[in-house]
Amino acid sequence: MNTNNAPPPVGSNQPPKMTARGVNVFYGAKQAIKNVSLDVRADEVTAFIGPSGCGKSTFLRCFNRMNDTVDSARVEGEIKLDETDIYAASMDVVQLRARVGMVFQKPNPFPKSIYENIAYGPRIHGLAANKTDMDGIVEGSLRRAGLWEEVKDRLGESGTAMSGGQQQRLCIARAIAVDPEVILMDEPCSALDPIATARIEELIDDLRGKYAIIIVTHNMQQAARVSQKTAFFHLGTMVEYGDTSTIFTNPSEGRTKDYITGRYG
Amino acid sequence: MSLTILFLAAFGLALVGFQIGRARGRTLVATSGIAAGTAARARIGAVHSRPNYHGSFVALLALAPALVVLLGWSFISEGVLTDSVLASVPAAERPETSLDRTSFMNEVRGLAAGEIDEPFDLATIPASRVYAATQTNYNMLAGAVAATLAALGGFWAYSRLTPQFRARNRVEVAVRWGLMLASLVAILTTLGIVLSLIFESLRFFQMVSPIEFLFGTRWSPQTAIRADQVGSSGAFGAVPLFWGTIFIGAIIAMLVAIPLGLMSAIYLTQYAKPSVRKVLKPILELLAGVPTVVYGFFAALTVAPRVRDFAVWLGMSDASSESALAAGVVMGVMIIPFVSSMADDALNAVPGSMRDGSLAMGATPSETVKRVLLPAALPGIVGGILLAVSRAIGETMIVVMAAGLAANLTINPFDSVTTVTTQIVALLTGDQEFDSPKTLSAFALGLVLFGITLVLNIYALAVVKKYREAYD
Amino acid sequence: MATLASSTAMPVEREPTDWSSTRMQRRIARRYAAERNFRFLGLAALGLAASFLVFLLFTIVRDGWTGFLNTEVRVAVTYEPAILGLDAGRIAATADPAARRAAFRQADFAGLMLAASEQLGDFDSVVSEGAWLALRDRLEADPALLGQTEQVWVPVRSTIDLLNKGKFDLEAPEISRGVSDRDIRAWQALEAQGKLRTGFNGIFLSTADSTVPELAGIWGAALGSLLTLLVTIAVSFPVGVGAAIWLEEFAPRNRWTDIIEVSINNLAAVPSIIFGLLGLAVFLNVFGMPRSAPLVGGLTLALMTLPVIVISTRVAIKSVPPSIRDAALGIGASPIQVVFQHVVPLALPGILTGTIIGIARALGETAPLLLIGMRAFVVDTPQGFTQPATVLPVQVFLWSDDVARGFIEKTSAAIMVLMMILIAMNSVAIYLRNKFERRW
Ligand SMILES: Nc1ncnc2c1ncn2[C@@H]1O[C@H](COP(=O)(O)OP(=O)(O)OP(=O)(O)O)[C@@H](O)[C@H]1O
Ligand SMILES: [Mg+2]
Repeated sequence: MNTNNAPPPVGSNQPPKMTARGVNVFYGAKQAIKNVSLDVRADEVTAFIGPSGCGKSTFLRCFNRMNDTVDSARVEGEIKLDETDIYAASMDVVQLRARVGMVFQKPNPFPKSIYENIAYGPRIHGLAANKTDMDGIVEGSLRRAGLWEEVKDRLGESGTAMSGGQQQRLCIARAIAVDPEVILMDEPCSALDPIATARIEELIDDLRGKYAIIIVTHNMQQAARVSQKTAFFHLGTMVEYGDTSTIFTNPSEGRTKDYITGRYG
Repeated sequence: MSLTILFLAAFGLALVGFQIGRARGRTLVATSGIAAGTAARARIGAVHSRPNYHGSFVALLALAPALVVLLGWSFISEGVLTDSVLASVPAAERPETSLDRTSFMNEVRGLAAGEIDEPFDLATIPASRVYAATQTNYNMLAGAVAATLAALGGFWAYSRLTPQFRARNRVEVAVRWGLMLASLVAILTTLGIVLSLIFESLRFFQMVSPIEFLFGTRWSPQTAIRADQVGSSGAFGAVPLFWGTIFIGAIIAMLVAIPLGLMSAIYLTQYAKPSVRKVLKPILELLAGVPTVVYGFFAALTVAPRVRDFAVWLGMSDASSESALAAGVVMGVMIIPFVSSMADDALNAVPGSMRDGSLAMGATPSETVKRVLLPAALPGIVGGILLAVSRAIGETMIVVMAAGLAANLTINPFDSVTTVTTQIVALLTGDQEFDSPKTLSAFALGLVLFGITLVLNIYALAVVKKYREAYD
Repeated sequence: MATLASSTAMPVEREPTDWSSTRMQRRIARRYAAERNFRFLGLAALGLAASFLVFLLFTIVRDGWTGFLNTEVRVAVTYEPAILGLDAGRIAATADPAARRAAFRQADFAGLMLAASEQLGDFDSVVSEGAWLALRDRLEADPALLGQTEQVWVPVRSTIDLLNKGKFDLEAPEISRGVSDRDIRAWQALEAQGKLRTGFNGIFLSTADSTVPELAGIWGAALGSLLTLLVTIAVSFPVGVGAAIWLEEFAPRNRWTDIIEVSINNLAAVPSIIFGLLGLAVFLNVFGMPRSAPLVGGLTLALMTLPVIVISTRVAIKSVPPSIRDAALGIGASPIQVVFQHVVPLALPGILTGTIIGIARALGETAPLLLIGMRAFVVDTPQGFTQPATVLPVQVFLWSDDVARGFIEKTSAAIMVLMMILIAMNSVAIYLRNKFERRW
C-alpha cells in the first residue's frame, strides 16, 4: 500500500489501487450497471458524475461490496483491490470494508458519543491495544478530519447533536479511524450548505495521497475542483472516463458535453 | 323474547315513517312547478333536500324516542321483574343468598319460557306465573309508551316537511350527534371501570384497612364466608398475591419471552430471507392467536406434570403439581409473539443508514445488531417489554388453570404461588354475597391490577411514541 | 507534538494495519464464529417458538381427534309398552305429535334400557347411563316401533370407550392404570363378539354439556358463543365504527377529543378480566341483568372489542387519500355524504378485517365471562339472549377441570373446534386484507 507522503505526479506508472473489469449489476431482472471497466489510482481523487438514477451509487457500492446487503442485487464481473479479486470466495468482506471505507450521502453518525463513534471501527477490528492507543486514534482521526478543535472538549456528547457539516466530518473521521486504503464517498456534500461543503472539499484535498478516494457528486464545480479523474455515467453505462481537466474542457462524447454544460440531467 | 319483537316493531314503524316522508318529499318535488325536462340547474334549490332525506328525517324522529324508551326498559327490566317476582314469593320460601336468587330466577325464567318442565324448587311455579304476567304487562306498557312517542315524533316531523325545509341538514346533524355519542362510549367504559372498582373497593376498605391489604403477608379470605363466624374478617394481606403475580408474569414469563422474542425479531429483521420471513411470521402470529384457555389447558395438562417430575428428580419430594414455573413458562411462550413484534417494530424504526454505516465500517451483522441497532432501538424495545409485562400480569386463564390458589411467599419456582387474577376469579365464582369482604376484596385486587397496568401502559406508550418521533 | 497541536497539524502516522498477520487472522476468525453463533441463536429462538406451537397443536390433536369418535354397543331392544308405562293403543291413536312427545317424556326409557342391557349378561355395566336417550329418540322418530324389537347401537360408558380407543396402558398393574380388570374383560368379550363399533361421534357435535363424558357435547357451548358474539357484533361494530369516524373526520381538536383518544388507547391494553369486573358490577348488580346470559356476556365482550375496532377503523380511514375527500367535496357533497358515500366504502375492507380480528379475540376470551357467571353447568342448548348459557372457551375450561378421564379428549376436541373456527375467521380477515388492499 502507498504510504508515501508526497503524492507522485498524476499519471505515474504505479499499478492502480483498484480495478474494475466488465462489471454488471442487476437488481432482480433489471440491469443497473452495464459492462463498466475502470482503474482507480491510489494517489488520485476519482469523481463519478452523471444524471440521477444512472447507477453511480450502485457502482460505487460495488467497491466495498455494500451491494451484498441488498437482497435483490447481483454483481458480475471482476473488481480487484491490489491484485486480489474482492468478489472471490476467499475474500473476507469484513476486512475488505475495513480497507475500503465509505461515507454516505446523509450523515449517519451512530446515536453514541463522538468518541464512541470514532472508536467504533478500531474497536470492532481490534486496532487499539489499550485506552491510550484508542485516545490517540480518536484524536488523530478527528484532527485529520479537521474536527478536533471543535469537539475536543465535548467528546462525550452525542454524535447526533452536531450540525450537519460536523456530522459529515465526523463520519469521515469515523471512516479514517480504521486507516483504510480507499474511501468511497457518495454525494458527501449534498445535504450541506456551501460553507460546510467547502470545508469537506478542503478535507478531501488534504486526504488525497494518503487514501485513494472515489467521490460521487452532482456538482460539476465540485468534481472539477477536487478530482483528478472523472467518469461520466449515463443509463448504467460509463460514457467517458479520463483526466478531469480533459473531461471538463474537451470531452470527446457529445453526451458528456451536454451534461456538463447543463443541457440535460 | 317479546322485547326483541318490540325493537323490531320500532324499526318497522321507522320504516313506515321513512316511506311516508319520502312520498311527501316526492310530492313536493313534483308540485314545485318544475317540469320533468327542466335543466338540472333550475331544479337544484327548488326543493332543498332530496326525498330520501325527508324520509330519513321522519324515520329518525319516530325511531329515536322509541329506541330510548325501549333501550332504557331493556336495561332495567330484568331487575324490576326480579324484584316484583321475589316480592310475590312468601318470605319463608324466598331464596337468601344472591346465588340462590340467581338460580331461582333462572328457573322462573325457564318455566315462563316453557323450557323447563319440572323445577327443582316448587316455589318457582307460582313465581313463574307472576313473572310471565308482570313481564307481559310491563312490556305492553313500554311498547305503548314507545309507540306513542314514535307516532308523535313522526307526525311532528311530517308536519315540518316543506320545499324549503332543510331535511338533509337536520338528518346530518343527527348523524353527527350519533357519531359523537358513539365515541363517548369509550369514556363511559373507562369511567364505568374506574367508578365501579373504586366504589366497591371503598366498601372493602371500610371492613379491611388498606394498610393490611397492601402490606399484609397473609392471605386467606376463605374464613370470611359467613359473617357470624368468629374471626370473620379473614386475612387480606395481598403481598403474596402481588409477589406471585410479579414472580410469574414479570420474572419467569419475561425470562422466557424476552430472549426468545428479541432473538426471533432480530433473526426475522436482519437475517431471514423474505421467503423465510413469509413463512415464519405467520407462525408467530398464530402463536399469538391461540386462546389463553388453550395455553392454560396445555400448561396444566402437559407442562405442569413434567415440571413436577423434574422437581422430584431434583430431589424435591413434595413438589406440587401446580408450580409457578409451569404457569410462567407457558405465559412466556404466549408473550413471545408480542415481544417479537414490538422489537420488530423498534428495530425497523432505526434508520437503515445506521445499519449501512456500521456494515460499511466492516462490522459483522451481529456486531451491527449488538453495538448499533439494539442500543438505538432500546427505548422502543423497553417500551414494548413494559407493555408485555402489563399484558402478562393481567393474564388470567393460564394462572387460573396452572398456578394454583396457595398464597405462598416463595422464590422457589417449583412451589405453587397464586396471583391477583387467579384470586379475582376464585373469589367471584362460587357463593357470592355482595356485602362480604371476601367478594369485595376481588374489586380491590382489580383496582390494584387496573392501576398498575394503566401506569405501565401510559408510560410504555409514551416511551414508544417518543422513540418513534425521534427517528421520524 | 500534542502540546503544539494546532488545527492544521497532521497527527502522527500510524503503522498501516497488517491484515494478514496471524493475530488479525485469528481475531477475524473469532468474529466470524461469534457471528455464526449469534445467527444460530436467532434461528434457535424462532425454532423454539415454532416448535412450541407445533408441540402444542400436536398434543391437542393427538389427545383430541378421538373425541370425534365414539364407541357403541349393539343391544336388542323390545319397546315393551309395559316397561315404558305407555298404553300402546292410546299412543297409536294420538295424532298430535306434541301430545305423543309429552307421553314419551313421561315414559320409563331408563327402565327399558336396563332391561335391554341385561342380555349383555355380566357386561351390562358397559352401557352408558344416558343410553336410554337414544332409545327415546328412536321411538319418537318412529312411534310404530312400540311393541317391536330391533337391534340398536347405544353409546358405552366412557371407560369402555377409552379402552376401545387404546387410551389405557394395559400392561400396567390394576391400581395405577385407571381401569378395572372387570372393565377390560367386558371390553375384550364384547369386542370378540363383534358387538362394539366405533364411529363418528354425533353426540359430541349435537348436544350440550353433561356430567358424563360420553354424553357431553359442544353444540350448547357453540350456540352460546354464537348468541354472545351476535350481541358483541351488534353493539361493538356500529359504535366502534361510529366512534372512529367521529374521531377521524369530525372531532374538533380539543381536550375532550384527547381524553377520548387516551381512553381508547388505554382500554385496548386493559386486562380482559377488568372488563369482567365491570360487567359484574354494572350489568349484573346495577342494572340487575340476568347472570350467565349471552346478553351480558356479549355486552361485556363488546366493550372489550370496541377499542380494537376503533383503532383499526381509524387506520383504515386514514389510509384513504385526502384527494378522494377533496374531489367529493369539490362537487358539492356534504361532509357526511363524503364520509358515508366515499370514505367508508373505500375503508370497508380494513374495517372488516379489524372487526373480524376483534371478534375472533372475543370468541377466544374466557376470564371476563367467568366473572359474569357464564361457567354455569348448562345441559340444555341455550334458547335466547337472557337464558343461562356457556361459551366454547369456558366449556374448555370447565371440562379441563373435570376429574373424569374421558373429559381430556373432549377438552382437546373442543379446543380443536374452537381453533378451527378461529383459524377460519383469521383466514377470512387475511383474505380480505390481501384481496382489497389498495396502494394509493
Ligand atoms: N435497492 C434497489 N432495488 C432495485 N433497484 C434499485 C435499487 N437501488 C437502485 N436501484 C435502481 O438502480 C438504478 C441506479 O440507481 P443508483 O442509486 O445507483 O443511481 P444514482 O446514479 O446513484 O442516482 P442519484 O444520483 O439519484 O443518487 C436506478 O434506476 C434505481 O432505480
Ligand atoms: Mg446515488
